[in-house]
Amino acid sequence: MTKVAAVTELALGYDPAQPILSQVSFALAKGQSLALVGPNGAGKSTLLNVLRGAMKPLAGQLDYSLNPRRDIAYLPQASMVDRSFPVNVRQFVSTGLWNQLGLWRGFRCSHRLQVNAVLEKLNIADLADSMLDQLSGGQFQRVLFARTMLQQSKLMLLDEPFNGVDEATVSLLLDELASLQRRGCTVVAAIHDLEIVRSHFERCLLLSGEAIALGPSREVLVADNIAQAWGETSSHLKPVPIEKEPASRYA
Amino acid sequence: MPELFNLFSLLFDPFVEFQFMRRALFGCAVLSLGAAPVGVFLMLRRMSLTGDAMAHAILPGAALAYLLYGLSAVAMTLGGLAAGLLVALLAGATARQTNNSEDSTLAAFYLGSLALGVLLISAKGSNVDLLHVLFGTALALDNTALTLLLVTSLASLCLLTVVYRALVLECLDSEYLSSFGGMGKLAHFVFLVLVVANLVAGFHALGTLMAVGLMILPACIARFWFKHLGSLLVAATIIAASACWLGLLLSFYFGLATSPSIVLALAVGYVLSVLLGPLRGILRRPSAASLSNSNNREVI
Repeated sequence: MTKVAAVTELALGYDPAQPILSQVSFALAKGQSLALVGPNGAGKSTLLNVLRGAMKPLAGQLDYSLNPRRDIAYLPQASMVDRSFPVNVRQFVSTGLWNQLGLWRGFRCSHRLQVNAVLEKLNIADLADSMLDQLSGGQFQRVLFARTMLQQSKLMLLDEPFNGVDEATVSLLLDELASLQRRGCTVVAAIHDLEIVRSHFERCLLLSGEAIALGPSREVLVADNIAQAWGETSSHLKPVPIEKEPASRYA
Repeated sequence: MPELFNLFSLLFDPFVEFQFMRRALFGCAVLSLGAAPVGVFLMLRRMSLTGDAMAHAILPGAALAYLLYGLSAVAMTLGGLAAGLLVALLAGATARQTNNSEDSTLAAFYLGSLALGVLLISAKGSNVDLLHVLFGTALALDNTALTLLLVTSLASLCLLTVVYRALVLECLDSEYLSSFGGMGKLAHFVFLVLVVANLVAGFHALGTLMAVGLMILPACIARFWFKHLGSLLVAATIIAASACWLGLLLSFYFGLATSPSIVLALAVGYVLSVLLGPLRGILRRPSAASLSNSNNREVI
């Protein structure tokens, strides 16, 4: 299998004395999918930021066998898009062609076809002329995803791509991710829904201050590992029943 | 059709008859060509008031040039450009270094700059000079000033075309653009240069106080009528040029000061747009009752 990237003994965070995450090592192969799982603050987003080159690791090594600027596409958890800006969906999605077009090159028929194809795939062709501020949350996530797909990257980094998105959109996006992988795109995604990880991601990296487990998703996401990541009293495993407040408290 | 003919001559005669009116119209129209598109981006980036601050910031440069070289359009342009860019860069750098918001650092620098400018002019010049700088001399544009306006506007349009894609993406999603390299920073810097250059060009005709009106107001008006960026850019330019023509007529017939007349014509246009504009105009908005009716229908 062709290796796309390798991470060795990575430590990340803002303060070298207190790294958010340390001792992380893994390799990414072409067409593979890796889910990053862990409680809030486990360092999933930070790891994605380091992988895409927006942040330097505190220690460790990060080796790519691709061009990070050209070949990595990133979908942030909360996008900073100014949705009141007066462009329509087609124009917005076209910005995913930046690597092909840059400042100068002309927008040709072939580019238009690429944009149309990705809009069709994500079922948003009928929204092509809508303005960004007319879209619902799910529709906008599809639009963002369309732009990310248009980059034709070799490594796709997704930060909680299914948060606050309707089920139809989730299953559509998962199908598209699977087809991207078949075409050789590697996918790394921070996901909090363990069911999605179990059913759709080959490998899983469980994080909580350090790498707790790495391997096939079904083997990693077992009760012991989850307990270790979320702590023994985790609500994941032992949901605390809601107790009735004693009436005397308000008396 | 004598009435129609009268109206026609009312609207066009001053420009046919008087050369200074033709020159003023040409200067202001050329100015609109450069400034209005830049204004659209200022508005869309929520930097409308930054434009105003920058208009004040150019004053000491222009004033210093005036003290050294007299009323030389070229010297005042270069001085203004230098002062404006210096304030913009200092404000940006201070904000980044001290982790302060850019609006506070810009406010501090432009106020200092403005005070210095007024001090310099009042130290040597007469009140008439101060008025010229503050309110412009649209009706007395000489060849040098007109050439400067033309060169600035055309250069500004060319430069805007060059960085257009990067500027749009920088406004829309700067984080995304930055993932492709430093193009966003370059686009932002070029944009600042364009803002300052157009304001400097504007102050020859309209004065430092009013130049920003021709930049921002057409964009604000167009936003009530047009949805797409392309239409906004074209519409703002046409609105700006039309306001210049209307303002010049008002100033001609009623003996009013020129640049405030132009900006007031725009302000009236803005109020009308707020009321009547098909996009978000107050009177064109569907009433609450009809909205709830349509919602009910959807539910049913």
